[in-house]
Amino acid sequence: MSKYILKRVLLMIPTLIGAGILVFFLMRLIPGDVCELRFAGTGLYVDQEQIDICRKDLGIDRPILVQFADFMFGFFTFDLGDSMWSGKPITEEIGLRFQLSLQVAIMATIVATVIAIPLGAISAIKQDTWLDYAVRAFSIAGIAIPSFWLGIMIILGLLIVTQEMTGIPWMPPIEYKPIWVDPVHNISQLIWPAVATGYRYSAVATRMTRSALLEVLREDYIRTARAKGLVEKIVINRHALKNSMLPVVTIIGIEFAFLMGGLVVTEQVFNLNGLGKLFVESVTNHDYAMTQALVMLVVLIFVITNFLIDLAYAWLDPRIRYS
Amino acid sequence: MALLEIKDLQTQFFTSAGTVKAVDGVSYTVEEGETVAVVGESGSGKSVTAMSIMRLIPWPPGKIVGGSINFDGKDLLALTDDEMRSIRGRDIGMIFQEPMTSLNPVLTIGMQLTEPMIAHLGMSEEAAMEKAKKLLGMVGISEPDRRLAQYPHHLSGGMRQRVVIAMALACDPKLIIADEPTTALDVTIQAQILELMKDLTRELGVAMIIITHNLGVVARYADRVNVMYAGRIIESGNASDIYHRPRHPYTLALLKSVPRMDRQREAKLDPVDGQPPDLTKLDGGCSFRPRCRFAQDHCAKSFPALEDIGGGHTSACFEKDNLDKEVKDVVG
Repeated sequence: MSKYILKRVLLMIPTLIGAGILVFFLMRLIPGDVCELRFAGTGLYVDQEQIDICRKDLGIDRPILVQFADFMFGFFTFDLGDSMWSGKPITEEIGLRFQLSLQVAIMATIVATVIAIPLGAISAIKQDTWLDYAVRAFSIAGIAIPSFWLGIMIILGLLIVTQEMTGIPWMPPIEYKPIWVDPVHNISQLIWPAVATGYRYSAVATRMTRSALLEVLREDYIRTARAKGLVEKIVINRHALKNSMLPVVTIIGIEFAFLMGGLVVTEQVFNLNGLGKLFVESVTNHDYAMTQALVMLVVLIFVITNFLIDLAYAWLDPRIRYS
Repeated sequence: MALLEIKDLQTQFFTSAGTVKAVDGVSYTVEEGETVAVVGESGSGKSVTAMSIMRLIPWPPGKIVGGSINFDGKDLLALTDDEMRSIRGRDIGMIFQEPMTSLNPVLTIGMQLTEPMIAHLGMSEEAAMEKAKKLLGMVGISEPDRRLAQYPHHLSGGMRQRVVIAMALACDPKLIIADEPTTALDVTIQAQILELMKDLTRELGVAMIIITHNLGVVARYADRVNVMYAGRIIESGNASDIYHRPRHPYTLALLKSVPRMDRQREAKLDPVDGQPPDLTKLDGGCSFRPRCRFAQDHCAKSFPALEDIGGGHTSACFEKDNLDKEVKDVVG
């Protein structure tokens, strides 16, 4: 097993190098660079000389392969350098937002799992009844409704409902406080984006749970379990659910990794300073160093999540063994 | 009184292609400790009859629409779901065809074997595990301690079927229904499993319904035989009647289609011609008529009733007395 883990860790290296090559060269294909952009923002006439000085400062006047080698070396020695736009250390800029994005992603995953597995199971057990149709409509709506729109509706809804009930409109706090500083404040701020994204996320997982469970319920061993005279609850919980969880775990894992960097619009709606927002800013600013660091981070999260999914497979299904 | 008495059982499947009369008026009895074989080709309704006894016909599309099933003094069709559940696995054990798929791949053998004992007999986990070890020993599995902790994929097909048999015996049932228990196994393993089932049922005094399309199995292990075709029993009798004095052209055709050691080596196998009928499109006549060598005009008019020929041997054929010549050819 430890040999397998070592192998998987070593296999991450080529994936990361490949991702590094892609993001590095793609970023440089976009016309303009961070220096031109910075001075263009001032609206004044800018000397070519000033731009050259800026480029020299940031090291983007060097040959491209030298820059690439520098970036890769930096990445693997955990030295990400400074943001080309703000000048602050990248680890500091990302660290600030990573915490928030991770928390939203975890909360959204919990929301999604708590909704998806029971609903998907009910939908499969009550296949083709009104309950099944209701669940399927609910989950189709989740896929169809954009999270940001749902986010806006949640905020408006909170305002209206609290106005009606207490006379004073309440909306989630805007300022971020870490959970260990002020848990009530923190949760009351982050639960709403978690619900907005968790709903869409749960929709996919609900449908996956439903179809996987339907398939498992047709298996011979379910008939065996029923022939043993087990109550239906045990047949479902013990015999069917565990067998149907493989595809669901895959979906949940991949969605989780996606949430870490992909919540651009939802973050805007709730005014959260997360990784998604940082991502967009760094791309529009042509902040090469920051974009590269963010992409590598997201790739790393995906790779690690996939690895954890594989470990979960082995835990769920004893036939799967890694060596 | 018989342990199990099935009367005029009718199970139908309501599909988009029409109503399938999978079981169409089947009646038979099983006495305590008796082994009854149900023989027939695929789609003849043998498994559906068995699943009807267990009340495990999936609805939709299937439903028991008529008849009665009396087991040990209870009318199974009148029981509530909970009452029926307390009979399944407790008083009636079931052995399925596919040992490779009928065990849950993600649960240990121990867990699957102790489940019915914990559910029905209220045993503690430890007590159930102790009994499970004994059961594994009974079905000829060595190192029971190690096996209980293993998963089905660690076991061979024959071993898995032994585990399934142990599972069916776990709560000391009165009746075991074995649905083609050896069809998926190697020939050598088949014989072992059948011997094991025969020994165990005799030893424990358990009645057994063995569903098969293998007449060899019937000859060796069954006290009584019911031959099914297109949802009905068309001939019934003790094993020797069926083997030596078949009184239905279908039974005769089945006998001709199996190789026999006691016949000349040159004798060719003679498979049953044609296909089983489409059960949604049965007419009023004998359903075997299109494949029957003895069919006459009157066979199309009505379905022949099961008639007693003596000694509990019954046959549903208008021409049952005209089979003699061919019977001689087959059974010598």
